[in-house]
Amino acid sequence: MSGQRPASKSELMVVASAHALTGKRVCFVGVGLPNIAVNLAKRTVAPEMELVYEAGVFGANPARLPLSIGDPTIVTGSTATVSMHDLFGLYLQGGRIDVGFLGGAQIDRFGNLNTTVIGDYAAPKTRLPGSGGACEIAINAKEILVIMRQSTRSFVKELDFRTSPGNLGGAIAAAKTRAAQGWGGSGPSGVITDLGVYGFDVDGEMVLSSLHPGATLDEVRASIGWEIRIPQNVPATPAPNDEELRLIREELDPTGAYVS
Amino acid sequence: MSTSKLVDMRTAIAAHVHDGDTVAIEGFTHCISFAAGHEIIRQKRRNLTLARMTPDLVYDQMVAAGCAKKLIFSWLGNPGVGSLHAIRRRTEPAALAPGESLLEIEEYSHHGMVGRYVAGAHRLPFYPLRSYSKSDLPKVNPLIRTVQSPFGGEEVYAVPPLNPDVTIIHAQRADAEGNVQMWGLLGCQKEAAFAAKRVIAVVEEIVPTSVIRADPNRTIIPGLIVSAVVCEPFGAHPSYVQGSYDRDNAFYREWDTISRDAAATEAWLQEWVYGVPDRTAYVAKFGADYFKGLTPTSAPSGSVDYGDYR
Repeated sequence: MSGQRPASKSELMVVASAHALTGKRVCFVGVGLPNIAVNLAKRTVAPEMELVYEAGVFGANPARLPLSIGDPTIVTGSTATVSMHDLFGLYLQGGRIDVGFLGGAQIDRFGNLNTTVIGDYAAPKTRLPGSGGACEIAINAKEILVIMRQSTRSFVKELDFRTSPGNLGGAIAAAKTRAAQGWGGSGPSGVITDLGVYGFDVDGEMVLSSLHPGATLDEVRASIGWEIRIPQNVPATPAPNDEELRLIREELDPTGAYVS
Repeated sequence: MSTSKLVDMRTAIAAHVHDGDTVAIEGFTHCISFAAGHEIIRQKRRNLTLARMTPDLVYDQMVAAGCAKKLIFSWLGNPGVGSLHAIRRRTEPAALAPGESLLEIEEYSHHGMVGRYVAGAHRLPFYPLRSYSKSDLPKVNPLIRTVQSPFGGEEVYAVPPLNPDVTIIHAQRADAEGNVQMWGLLGCQKEAAFAAKRVIAVVEEIVPTSVIRADPNRTIIPGLIVSAVVCEPFGAHPSYVQGSYDRDNAFYREWDTISRDAAATEAWLQEWVYGVPDRTAYVAKFGADYFKGLTPTSAPSGSVDYGDYR
């Protein structure tokens, strides 16, 4: 398989996300790219990982790539299939989830997310799906990873609506709220995009931690709506290896529906 | 003595779904009673408040058909595909057709929506949860409020009970009394049913009570709370029933194209809802081969031994 075509931007996102899951135990999965990333991690860097789907499944072993969050393949062969009351109460709010994946239409510098509306809530320009489980995943999962493609429309100075809280107005405000309101988690720990991987610094603000092969700092700056913090030396994101690309292309997304 | 509650869908909807009702057709991706939704459209119910965690295609179709005045939900999309375009046309002012009004919207998160049914089913004034802290949702939904713990004063959010006039669930099987058994994703079928004033249970198969009693852990709701039982094979299509048929993902994608256009949506309703008298005719219109393509290979559970204690 070496000499195969180079990794696409989506493949870079998936592999970087899988790497971020190294050694993790219980992961709350979304559909699309997070789903491929989590399944890749389970086959490579996190074989012990339990996949949790909000539809009510703990320890899923999907035999095909689920199109929707409630695909029947997540049920067959799972460890436990439970009601959504149990899933959100016992598993998520009960503090059993290590990592939750989120995405959104908009993210700000503190990792707060909007999945509700573009424009005014009462008269929206675009009506988005809303919270689903995102609001409670953001609050209750021990840490949050975000997967999103970068653009000035999605990486914005100010959200139109805060569906899911991240680091609020900064690290101090977030720490105070988490303690006072008994949040189970510590908020966003990473953002993986088509251009790079970001962490959060002592101020609770997003900071570039690695740049994907082929991406430039100019591209990074041009596709973020605020002045993004970039340290002096930015390492390159490790490139996907042949086995990772093979797993994505042959097993996880053979039709290229998500990662082409 | 037990009495049969078995009726056809037309009778069940005529008897239990009225104009102005709050209706919950539940089932999370799995076991969504499209058969009931279509019959409600055919019977031209109006001014319904439609509650569902995920309105899905079934409410997009009911909104397009003019049945709804309000939506209560937690995630408004075409799962795995994208948007619900008929509903978007009634929620975005720029997309609104002349003479139409915006739908009333009342939205929660998934845990909040589940909690509303739980509070309703338990006859409690609210359901407390840790969600919504520092989210904008409580600002736009005044029914999401804070409550102080009487044990130390900790503040958490609370949602009010939801008691639908009628909850409609789909499942694999029931007996004629309405003892319902289900496996696979359970969603909030049980909570939504116990919260409701009336329950319509739609199933793939009617089985003898002895089948129910041979595996009582599988029963999600007892006939005690069920008003009507309807046997409707493939009644959840294009959603799915675990072990019986797969989700028709091709149709979910096709609906994205159809529903973007109001005229195409209306034409689809004419052909597939108004144009057929019932679900049997809908299934026949697809043809038996179509559903063979959605049938999974078998993966039976092992059986357990409950023991005989005389």
